[in-house]
Amino acid sequence: MSTALATNTSAHAGAHGGAHHAHDHGHDDGSRTVLGFWLYLMSDCLIFSCLFATFAVLAGNVADAPTGKQLFDLPYVAGETVLLLVSSFTFGLAMLNMHAGRQAQVIAWLGVTFLVGAGFIGMEVHEFANLIGEGAGPGRSAFLSAYFTLVGTHGLHVTAGLLWLAVMMHQTAKFGLDGIVRRRLSCLSLFWHFLDLIWICVFTFVYLRGAL
Amino acid sequence: MFGKLTLAAIPWDEPIIMGTGAVVALGGLALLGLITYFGKWRYLWDEWITSVDHKKIGAMYFILGLVMLLRGFADAIMMRAQQAIANNDAAGYLPPHHYDQIFTAHGVIMIFFVATPFILGLMNVVVPLQLGARDVAFPFVNSLGFWLSVAGAVLVMLSMFVGDFAATGWVAYPPLSELGYSPSVGVDYYIWSLQISGLGTTLAGVNFIVTILRMRAPGMNLMKMPVFVWTSLITNILIVAVFPVLTATLAMLTADRYLGMHFFTNELGGNAMMYINLIWVWGHPEVYILILPAFGAFSEIIATFSRKPLFGYTSMVYATSSIGILSFFVWLHHFFTMGSGANVNAFFGIMTSIISIPTGVKLFNWLFTMYRGRVRFHSATLWTIGFMVTFAVGGMTGVLLAVPGADFVLHNSLFLVAHFHNVIIGGVVFGCLAGMTFWFPKVFGFTLDEFWGKVAFWCWLIGYWLAFTPLYILGFKGMTRRMNHYDVPGWHPYLVVALVGACIIGAGILALLIQLVVSIRDREKNRDLTGDPWNARSLEWSTASPAPFYNFAHVPTITSLEQHWTDKETGRAGVQVMGYEDIHMPRNTAAGAVIAAFGLVMSFALIWHMWGIALFGLAAMVATFIQRSYDRDVDYYVPASEVARIESARYALLKQSEKVA
Repeated sequence: MSTALATNTSAHAGAHGGAHHAHDHGHDDGSRTVLGFWLYLMSDCLIFSCLFATFAVLAGNVADAPTGKQLFDLPYVAGETVLLLVSSFTFGLAMLNMHAGRQAQVIAWLGVTFLVGAGFIGMEVHEFANLIGEGAGPGRSAFLSAYFTLVGTHGLHVTAGLLWLAVMMHQTAKFGLDGIVRRRLSCLSLFWHFLDLIWICVFTFVYLRGAL
Repeated sequence: MFGKLTLAAIPWDEPIIMGTGAVVALGGLALLGLITYFGKWRYLWDEWITSVDHKKIGAMYFILGLVMLLRGFADAIMMRAQQAIANNDAAGYLPPHHYDQIFTAHGVIMIFFVATPFILGLMNVVVPLQLGARDVAFPFVNSLGFWLSVAGAVLVMLSMFVGDFAATGWVAYPPLSELGYSPSVGVDYYIWSLQISGLGTTLAGVNFIVTILRMRAPGMNLMKMPVFVWTSLITNILIVAVFPVLTATLAMLTADRYLGMHFFTNELGGNAMMYINLIWVWGHPEVYILILPAFGAFSEIIATFSRKPLFGYTSMVYATSSIGILSFFVWLHHFFTMGSGANVNAFFGIMTSIISIPTGVKLFNWLFTMYRGRVRFHSATLWTIGFMVTFAVGGMTGVLLAVPGADFVLHNSLFLVAHFHNVIIGGVVFGCLAGMTFWFPKVFGFTLDEFWGKVAFWCWLIGYWLAFTPLYILGFKGMTRRMNHYDVPGWHPYLVVALVGACIIGAGILALLIQLVVSIRDREKNRDLTGDPWNARSLEWSTASPAPFYNFAHVPTITSLEQHWTDKETGRAGVQVMGYEDIHMPRNTAAGAVIAAFGLVMSFALIWHMWGIALFGLAAMVATFIQRSYDRDVDYYVPASEVARIESARYALLKQSEKVA
């Protein structure tokens, strides 16, 4: 990524004329945004930490509602997991193409990522609808409240990521792979992989632990 | 369409609220009328509302804090008056439900909409200037964060006239804050005003960390950063580390209230203590978020007015960092009575006592800075000395409360109330007012009136002690907090004294307002032509007052901890260096204010269950943000010739001031 950012700096400075290059103190070379975005991700990570901690405390409080063991369909969740991991891989391909400067391929791989991500959201909505249909909605027990909130918060993040993906596909088409688009794709890539990481924890601590 | 909102939501039968509402409405109309009459809308829009200049955003944070201080103080004086009356047969003038809203609103407003805007305002004004930077890392995000805070404040104000506010206390413990016990919209106002302003605070935290880590002038390594920047860095790290916890905690309470979940309810496995743990995981670091920048301001002020370098810079940095780390290990002292057992309580009690050590280090550093200095008793110095005396006592009562055994007796009493007012008024408020006095000329170009500044200080200091010493005593006598009525005649005299003290603090606030008016009236007389009215030591005093929008014509090179002082000693300060170059600056944008306005619409709609309007508000926020991301014309270059013109005018004034001197 550092190479990409370096290119970005010179491209950007070039647009204003090389004279500004040396003394451009007030100018973001992209690294500021990426650092800021990392900080945001860490703060988001803390939101998930709170939800995980609460889930851990409330996981046993099933009241008279069904337990995770009775509710979770592990093969189905494994399917969701595969979709999300594949979408991370296809996003990686989009980023490789971005570094190679291939605009059309970037848009295409972002599109594939979008579709696979949307598939994940579709499966999750279906899963939630089933649970609520079976009478195991979020209001039944503290365990189910914590479960729906934790998994649902992840799902909302992925949905926001889908919107962002759509915007970035359009921006890549409109502006080409310039410094700003590259910077934003780098941030979105971080976001997408971060959500993958959170999902791995959800799969482990919510589904696997709950189904055992 | 309008959810739960009907005309019955307006408390027509409460004369106090309707009277206040009328005054606020008339005042607001008069203000809008005056702006229209003088044709200042364009000016306000161009120069302030859409501004991304960190100095102007800082000033607006201060205005927000001052306006909300008036509201928060009005709540305070109403509570003091109620308790001074409601003894034995007298019921007082406030019905319990109204009284409960007042003490909740007082706490929420003072912490979130007075103290927080004050410290964010100080950091906005000072940090980029002390770094030798031309703006913050993300100027648009800075503007957005400020307007989100305003939206939160507007919601709290609205709750007074439309519906009601939470009657739960300022941290809204469940199960009281759950739907079953608080069915009205009060807690919803609480939740959404904190969520929206908390988002603004988190954004500010990210922004300042990146600014401090990435935008220091060349040569300024971490140990050459002024102490105020250090305290700001630690404060912002704390903000980014704990405000998400507040967001998540309130979101879970929201899920309970809106979606029928059971996180913190009494039924179906909910656990209220989970909320109480989480809210204090945010809440305790929050008090250090507020106090650390105040410590930084005092450090700058005491060094300047003692005409000596700050004693023990390195120990100050380490003390600040230690406080930052330790602040995460003390939260349980807010509920020793939870029943977590002697060992857990002992751990948190000891950690709490340990945190007084780095604070003590700081206090001695300030004392040693003054020792053998030639101290000027400017009003900023008075605030600092008043702080040192007052805060030391507050720290000691804190250590007392940190002993679990003592806490079992004193918790939830007026002793606790006196303790935290002791550190927050004596620390945060004094620090922000000292900082305002000190840095005011850097933003506006003239100094504040000294006479009224000193009047304000003495009123605040005497008023504080008169108002809160009786509360310490009453705590020992067993009076609990938040009482609407009591039947112990022995308490009455103390509460009358406390009311007198509160009135003297009120006089202090009045003196602050008079100070602002007098200073603006006499601005020509008090104009600061030098850019360095206090003969100070750090970088912000090397540029003009008011600082030009680009801060520094040349990016300074740092060789010393006290760069400006070193430059003055070596004759390099106040010398015009030619060879100006174009300066790259961010363009103003309305996006921040617009997004916050839609955020206000969304939050208000959510409070009243107006789902269609809430969805519209959210969609409009997102759409505005996306639209902003398509705007490629977000910055521009100030031509070198323009910089040269501004700088030459500045140096001409400087020469003129030297002739006068």
